[in-house]
Amino acid sequence: MNGFLEKYQTKGSKDEFIHEVAAVCVLTGKILLQNGAETYRVEDTMNRIANSYAVHHAQSFVTPTGIIFSIEDHDVTQLVRINQRGTNLRKVTEVNTLSRRVAQGEVSLNELYQLLRQIDRSTVAYSEPLQIFAAAVASSCFLLMFLGKWQDLLPAFFAGGAGQAGMIYFHKLAKVKFFSEFMSSIVIGMIALLSVRLGLGIEMNKIIIGAVMPLVPGVAITNAVRDIMAGDLVSGLSKSAEAGLTAFAIGIGVTSAMMLG
Amino acid sequence: MHLFIVITIQAITSYLATCAFGIIFNIPMKPLLHGGLIGMVAWLIYFFLFEFSGNDFAATFAASLVIAIMSQIFARLCKNPVILYSVSGIIPLVPGGLTYSVMSRAVYNHFDVALYFAEKVFILSGAIAMGLIFAEVFYQIFERVKHHSSKKIKKDFFFVKK
Repeated sequence: MNGFLEKYQTKGSKDEFIHEVAAVCVLTGKILLQNGAETYRVEDTMNRIANSYAVHHAQSFVTPTGIIFSIEDHDVTQLVRINQRGTNLRKVTEVNTLSRRVAQGEVSLNELYQLLRQIDRSTVAYSEPLQIFAAAVASSCFLLMFLGKWQDLLPAFFAGGAGQAGMIYFHKLAKVKFFSEFMSSIVIGMIALLSVRLGLGIEMNKIIIGAVMPLVPGVAITNAVRDIMAGDLVSGLSKSAEAGLTAFAIGIGVTSAMMLG
Repeated sequence: MHLFIVITIQAITSYLATCAFGIIFNIPMKPLLHGGLIGMVAWLIYFFLFEFSGNDFAATFAASLVIAIMSQIFARLCKNPVILYSVSGIIPLVPGGLTYSVMSRAVYNHFDVALYFAEKVFILSGAIAMGLIFAEVFYQIFERVKHHSSKKIKKDFFFVKK
């Protein structure tokens, strides 16, 4: 008993330590899942942490929208709903390092809980201008990788940067992912159209494909297929549905821009 | 000479694109630079296999197998999760442009072309996922064989200090 759970949360149970282990495991799973770790790795990490505190027979079931974690012998079950999901692999790395230390028995349960809370709250990330610049560079690089023309380099650079800036801005405006994807692909379509009209760019299609690369769910589709192959059928199917909707939003957005122009 | 220029441009752009994506995904600095290397190697393998054989499924599968093996090695060496390296490696390969093409054709009512592209997206992402999973399985088999044989050898032939 380390005392970081309030009394009412553990009331009536004989073994308060088990409840704390479950709380720590669920928090670990939540951080991993919210920041883009693979499904089987989330389950594996949770079970390993439970094991390293000598709590065996832990079961976890992870889907993209929630985690169910249960310790069979002690009638302890926790359910966590996940609403916001993004990709922040820095946090995944930090949790991974932490779980390695736990496996070696270096971290006490109380300490682990505090460290996890710290990781969960931390906002260390690359700055937004740098992210926008990175998206711009990626877009113009993709243009060259798909054997585009050199003249289209500048339009793709600006369209890609504007797309990422739009993603960040519209996401702050409304926390609906498809809305921000739709709006920023409209921006990309407009810039591509404008640059071709003004004679700055030549191949509109290549400019658009380069510029939407930071938005399209290529990685998401691959992860979905991979989850299905690894046996996580529920999360694989729901991820592919999400990826399909994202692709839909982008396609509609770019086409709307073409029709406006 | 022309070929050399093409290779150089492809190598530099794929390295930069992979690293730039890593910044969007918030990958820490050191894995970011390693991931760029993996992305570059994978893209060059894909580019050449595709140029010479014309089969993008085989090229994608071979490249993703290499990515997965390299990411397993880097992850073990640097004690980081595999996903850091595999995500940045597959970024040049993922069918993002094709996914966009599916939807852009579908909204213009060109469903026959859209369906063709959609199947291609499915097969290519399947090839990448297969490459990643196969490498993991190979690694597990390799570990098991190494473990078994080294035990046997230690017992039978050598006196290795533990």
